[in-house]
Amino acid sequence: MILATQLRRMSRAVAAATVLSMATAAQAADTIKVGVLHSLSGTMAISETTLKDTMLMLIEEQNKKGGLLGKKLEPVVVDPASNWPLFAEKARELIEKEKVDVVFGCWTSVSRKSVLPVFEELDSLLFYPVQYEGEESSKNVFYTGAAPNQQAIPAVDYLMEQGVKRWVLAGTDYVYPRTTNKILEAYLKAKGVAAGDIMINYTPFGHSDWQSIVADIKKFGSTGKKTAVVSTINGDANVPFYKELGNQGISAEDIPVVAFSVGEEELSGIDTKPLVGHLAAWNYFMSVESDENDAFIEAWHAFIKNEDRVTNDPMEAHYIGFNMWLEAVKKAGTTDPSAVGDAIIGVAVPNLSGGLSAMMPNHHITKPVLIGEIQDDGQFQIVSQTPGLVVGDAWSDYLEGSKDLISDWRAPLSCGNYNVKTAKCSGQNY
Amino acid sequence: MFRLVVTVVLLCLTPPVLAAAIETDDSALDAAFTRILDRDFGTKALGVEALAASDHPKKIELLRGVLEGELRYLKKNKRLVWMQPADGKNAAIDVFTGENYGVVSKRKFRKLAINNAMRGQIRGLLAELELSSSDPAARLAAVNKMLGKSDPSHAELFGRLLEQETDAKVREAMQSAIAVARLSDPDPAQRRAAIAEVSGSLLPAVRNGLTRLAADDPDDAVRTEAAGALRVIEDRVELFGYVETVFFGLSLGSVLVLAAIGLAITFGVMGVINMAHGELIMLGAYTTYLIQQAMPEMIGLSILLAIPAAFMVSGLTGIAIERGVIRFLYGRPLETLLATFGISLILQQLVRTLISPQNVPVSNPDFLSGFWQINSVLSLTYNRLYIFIFCLLVFAGLFLVLKYTRLGLQVRAVSQNRSMARAMGVRSGRVDALTFGLGSGIAGVAGVALSQLTNVGPNLGQAYIVDSFMVVVFGGVGNLWGTLVGGLGLGIANKLMEPWAGAVLAKILVLVFIILFIQKRPRGLFPQKGRAAEG
Repeated sequence: MILATQLRRMSRAVAAATVLSMATAAQAADTIKVGVLHSLSGTMAISETTLKDTMLMLIEEQNKKGGLLGKKLEPVVVDPASNWPLFAEKARELIEKEKVDVVFGCWTSVSRKSVLPVFEELDSLLFYPVQYEGEESSKNVFYTGAAPNQQAIPAVDYLMEQGVKRWVLAGTDYVYPRTTNKILEAYLKAKGVAAGDIMINYTPFGHSDWQSIVADIKKFGSTGKKTAVVSTINGDANVPFYKELGNQGISAEDIPVVAFSVGEEELSGIDTKPLVGHLAAWNYFMSVESDENDAFIEAWHAFIKNEDRVTNDPMEAHYIGFNMWLEAVKKAGTTDPSAVGDAIIGVAVPNLSGGLSAMMPNHHITKPVLIGEIQDDGQFQIVSQTPGLVVGDAWSDYLEGSKDLISDWRAPLSCGNYNVKTAKCSGQNY
Repeated sequence: MFRLVVTVVLLCLTPPVLAAAIETDDSALDAAFTRILDRDFGTKALGVEALAASDHPKKIELLRGVLEGELRYLKKNKRLVWMQPADGKNAAIDVFTGENYGVVSKRKFRKLAINNAMRGQIRGLLAELELSSSDPAARLAAVNKMLGKSDPSHAELFGRLLEQETDAKVREAMQSAIAVARLSDPDPAQRRAAIAEVSGSLLPAVRNGLTRLAADDPDDAVRTEAAGALRVIEDRVELFGYVETVFFGLSLGSVLVLAAIGLAITFGVMGVINMAHGELIMLGAYTTYLIQQAMPEMIGLSILLAIPAAFMVSGLTGIAIERGVIRFLYGRPLETLLATFGISLILQQLVRTLISPQNVPVSNPDFLSGFWQINSVLSLTYNRLYIFIFCLLVFAGLFLVLKYTRLGLQVRAVSQNRSMARAMGVRSGRVDALTFGLGSGIAGVAGVALSQLTNVGPNLGQAYIVDSFMVVVFGGVGNLWGTLVGGLGLGIANKLMEPWAGAVLAKILVLVFIILFIQKRPRGLFPQKGRAAEG
């Protein structure tokens, strides 16, 4: 009986508190709200939860430094549960109901495509932190991950320097690998590689029986010409793929595999001894030596309270994106999305590899491209680095129909897909 | 900010300063290692070359150390050291004096960084150095390594070595190496003799040499003979290609059979649509993981122990599911389906909460890694080979249990005519529970096998549930032979189609084929005959 009374009293108190907090939120916008749109459940939770934590850490740090424009930053976290249509709903909820000033989020291309119309309709800003296939430039999206020319093409260039003559393009069957491989195929052919020296292979999500494909690769690579695999194989399927390579006796010296979706986080779950020497191309590795990186790793370990956690490329992309947004808000003096969108172009902030990344007019950023070899401790050893920074290219120069397009969101042009031949903006939003 | 950019650019542009020298007991080695420590991989490669060319007695050991990353250097006194584990930390032992520098923290020593090209280079250099090794296996590996990079000078080198060689296998390899080298001899007659000698050989070096000769040799006779020899070889390669495809098919099929055979009992014999079957497989895989965690030193033993343990874990879970849920739902397939689907979600979430939402690493024991080289074009991977044998053993065991044990007799009796069996004194409830436990236990055993092939994670089961049902329905419900033949058949069909249709389309085609097949023969490959089947 006493318990019941207590419970009732408690629930009343909670209700009062809720009303109170809602009232304060409505009264004064004394905080700046930052939306975080990453899946915390479902298949993508493995990767995206880390990015949510990264954002919370960055916001906490900024608040310790005194917030922004004299106000505190307030994170609003929602869970789109790896469900693509739900991404759009949650984005609408963040913008319309929570009235956030900016959103950091999405991982897969399909989730980005799902939220794009919402951001354009409600004119809000999204920072997208993952490497993607390009062929897109929206007024409302800032792409802080790598475009194909900031990851895939430099990786292929590196392998060419190493004397690779035959190419296997292996990928999971969905939009990112298909588009990337189309670009790479065109690029290789432009470099004089014969069609017979390119093998393209697609596998379903989560493919686990790699015997015949690896045997094919082995056969393809036994003609005496140096062969390499360019892998856009996604997530889970990589482990049995690398295992099969090891079992069939293919080492990184015979046929190196360069991957675009395998980073520190993915390697932390597997035994990397058989993988030593295989490559990955990113714009950041945890093993980068710079003061910014040391500070970032230290802050991350302190925030997550686990010394074993790794950092990876998309985390760096959020770090850059968040700092760019801060600079742009300070420059514009307001958090109004269109003012910030105009102000952010040209803003340059330090990246974690010791340089400065700048936001370009096509809403992509400049980044160094690093090639690393996998080590037996799950880290990468950098074996090649572009001499300068590479500007992200929204529209690939190697694809029909896209090579004439440019993107420039500055005032006179303000177009994401301006055709330099016909001198027309196609008018489509993205 | 601009100044920062300039500094960064300058930093990138300044030529790498020569790294601090290494101190060894030999000035030639000092120079070599100073180069190996350089940032530029070209300079590093020169350093490795110099190391191999020096006449230091420890150079093979040192090259190996660089190759395998075991060789480190101490920052403070620039000495090269081997790291030896001592009380969970690393003690540094001087390479040359053997002096023990005691435990050194991680930041105090460095690895000698190398890349793929250098690994290849060092292996090549080691191969040349080890041609005179006292171990025949090392000599054989060295000759085979050098075969890959055929060079006319090899003919003379191997000719000299052949005179002293005693080991038959090494002699054989050296003779092939001489023949391959003679393929590029300037004298056409020599080349033709070499072609005759290598004919029928499956070595890639031979094939590449012949392809080169067949395409652009100045001598007509050489060209035709090379083309002829090449054709014979290609035919043999193709033949072995088919053997390989069939092996791949059998291996994929054995995985399907393993995953499905438990279901063949619970669904085939008992008629229960168990959507949680995949999760029972997953539990088996996680049991393997947990046992491995408990005994990280003995990976091989842990796999063997995991087989009975996984059988028990999944079997008991199965019995609990049967007693707790399914027995109330006999004769109501839709409710069973929904209830077991719910159980599958609960089991998945349980693993996510108790262990980790991420995939867990399961190591392969040594006897399950590597491959059995039958000849240069055909090699069978051990893990697949063992799993195929394992599948046959499980099948045979299960078959014997059903055929020759009391439980097996009762299971067959209850499945054929429940009320008659009960009238004869069979406790049908107990038999149901045990049968379900048996089927579930087998699923757990399948999980042990799968843990060696694929990711172990909460979603492991989902990947196999559809395939398992497919195999059971295709093979014929209620027939173990059907499951075996159906599973292996589907595996081979899949692998035969994969080369020309691609992995995605092959899978779709197999599914379409099964749908059509079931339309024609609803009871599968081996339908149950007799009155019991009609009931």
